[in-house]
Amino acid sequence: MLNIHKNQATMIFVVAALLVLPHFYLNAFCGFYVAKADASLFNDASRVVMVRVLDRTVITMENDYSGPLREFAMVIPVPKVLEEKDIRVRETKLLDRVDSYSAPRLVEYHDSDPCHNGVTDDVVMISDRNTMVRTEQIGASRAVRHGVTIEAEYDVEEYDILILSAKESGGLVRWLQENEYNIPDGAEEVLGSYIKQNMRFFVAKVDLEEQAAMDKVKLRPLQVEFRSDKFMLPIRLGTVNARGDQDLLVYLLTANGRVETANYRTVKLPTGQELPTYVKSEFKDFYRAMFSHQHKLQGGRVVFNEYTWNSGWCDPCAGSPLTADELDQLGYPRLSNPGPMLTRLHLRYNSETFPEDLIFAETGDKQNFQGRYVLRHPWVGSPDDCGMALTYFEELEQRREDEAHNLADLTGWKLWEIRQKYGLGDKSGSDAADENWWESVKSWFGRGE
Amino acid sequence: MIGHRLKKWHVQIVKQSGHIEMRNLLARLRRTDPRHFQIFALAALLSYGIGLLQLDVDPIQAIAILLTSLLVQYFGNRLTSDRPYDARSALISSGSLILLLRTSSLETAIAAALLAVGSKFVIRFRGRHIVNPTNFGIVVVLLLFNDAWVSPGLWGSVALTGAALMFIGFLVVQRAERSDITFVFLFSYAAILFGRALWYGDPMSIPLHQLQSGTLLIFAFFMISDPRTTPDARPARILYAVALALAAAWGRFALYEPTAVLYALILLSPVVPVLNIFFPGKRYEWPSRSDGTELKQSPPIVSATTAA
Repeated sequence: MLNIHKNQATMIFVVAALLVLPHFYLNAFCGFYVAKADASLFNDASRVVMVRVLDRTVITMENDYSGPLREFAMVIPVPKVLEEKDIRVRETKLLDRVDSYSAPRLVEYHDSDPCHNGVTDDVVMISDRNTMVRTEQIGASRAVRHGVTIEAEYDVEEYDILILSAKESGGLVRWLQENEYNIPDGAEEVLGSYIKQNMRFFVAKVDLEEQAAMDKVKLRPLQVEFRSDKFMLPIRLGTVNARGDQDLLVYLLTANGRVETANYRTVKLPTGQELPTYVKSEFKDFYRAMFSHQHKLQGGRVVFNEYTWNSGWCDPCAGSPLTADELDQLGYPRLSNPGPMLTRLHLRYNSETFPEDLIFAETGDKQNFQGRYVLRHPWVGSPDDCGMALTYFEELEQRREDEAHNLADLTGWKLWEIRQKYGLGDKSGSDAADENWWESVKSWFGRGE
Repeated sequence: MIGHRLKKWHVQIVKQSGHIEMRNLLARLRRTDPRHFQIFALAALLSYGIGLLQLDVDPIQAIAILLTSLLVQYFGNRLTSDRPYDARSALISSGSLILLLRTSSLETAIAAALLAVGSKFVIRFRGRHIVNPTNFGIVVVLLLFNDAWVSPGLWGSVALTGAALMFIGFLVVQRAERSDITFVFLFSYAAILFGRALWYGDPMSIPLHQLQSGTLLIFAFFMISDPRTTPDARPARILYAVALALAAAWGRFALYEPTAVLYALILLSPVVPVLNIFFPGKRYEWPSRSDGTELKQSPPIVSATTAA
């Protein structure tokens, strides 16, 4: 129980990311979001896996950039000059695995014959899965001018990487502009803030020849490793060009327990509700609507905890547990047993609701948590089969009614539409409005503006 | 018409008895033990947290903390013959612990309560305890146990919550005659945050967000304003509050410790007796004792030094 490193463990590190696109736009790697009217928000979410053991930090980052590769480059503020061995390229598959393992899940139960006892039988899982699209970029020329120093230069697989330090933001901006990066208004202040905090800038662009030779279509996630007291993820650069809300999923692998944000409220996603069975065919829509609705109810200023579990197992599983090899790839040290806790945090942010970078704190909480929703398929029989059957059908009617209410509460969808879709009688069309009064009261307190 | 009549009545009431009634009420409030306000405020915060903010309080843990605190207080009072048994301080310590300390283990919760209330009887200098009991209990279990933590983000950065907390807290500190330390601390801390933002060229929304931290406000109003562990004289309290703000900001921004404010208070606590030597002042006593006799004024002890 004695923990000598407690202080160190609660301390923090930093990394942020910024995409610089010549003649296009600039955005953050963390929370990078391309505004596309027809794409779902979740498909534009950035994903970051963060391994943190004491002050050793490994970050694997992926954004969903989908423009031409020649127009892509990114800048990540890092706490120190990284060495070549600390920079790696990982496969997108790896992030997909972490994502599917921790995604909210749907569980199905089948009511058994009430005349022969029992309530449920087997369980089926369906998980939502984020699919990411990405494309290409280009590089810049180099010059030690405007107080900008190239500290190091590496070729890491399909990426050309520079580590820059700068004396002041104006110089850095001019340097970037001369090298054909288009810097939007507002970026200079944020860059200046990071320079004064003694950060270096990790600039990555794609080596197009290498990319072509490797026959890769998508940009693969970049991984960086360093030691730092700062346990945080800068998101400010991502809000610079103010394209509205962006989604960010952070998967944290830690030894001790659940991770939460220290400077924003972390709340658990509502879980465990029984829902109408038709949700099975539209689970992704349900997840998106629920997240948006809950985000709104909380005033848009909270981080959602969607999953906390020891990464070695799951119950029920949306994706199989992470293997030793996968943990290795993510940068988790190979010594610990029974493996790290995985915390999945999900936030939707902009510069107004999340003005400050995310600061994390590891707790001692090892309690498992998952976003899990239950479908119960009714028994197919007749009320006349036995005495119990009659009771069963009476209770079933009430249960279906409750399920419709649960769905309306979680997603904000109209109750009368749900009832109609679920084949429930048209009891009262007016209760659509008054269902959410308690949620409204809660949101009023939670929002507090 | 009715409105006019009501207004007339109102004027009459105010003229005839309002001022006197109001004065009586204020006078009575002033005589009330500030700990009653604090117990009420803690109960309100707990209800708010549990009801609306997913504050996860395990009832068994809460009861264990409460019972441990009361028991330690009882035996502490008996063994040290310090003063008659008084449950109120123990209630406040346990309420603050339930509110601020998060742990997954019952033993850790009990240890925190034991350390918190026990510290009042053990860590003493010239007849008075030195550290804020809750602060001590929390910091020691944070350092010793893996399964204890605090959630600085739990209370969010909500303007409404902040205002409500401020208001309740204000009542508490006003009653405890220690509002100066709270306000000087908040003012200094705010000055550091805004100065830092100006230096970095950050938007003002960042220091505002940092200041709206519910945890910071709870700390400022309920922990550092503890009249028994703050310096006796006003100049000393102002110095102490500024030092606290500096230490908290240093821990938060230079050492990257989100809960730096708790460590700052515990590390600076030993300075208080020293300040009391250099800045003698009237020692604070709670206005009423458990035997029911109300003290009209604090005992005329000039300072710990001269009294000793």
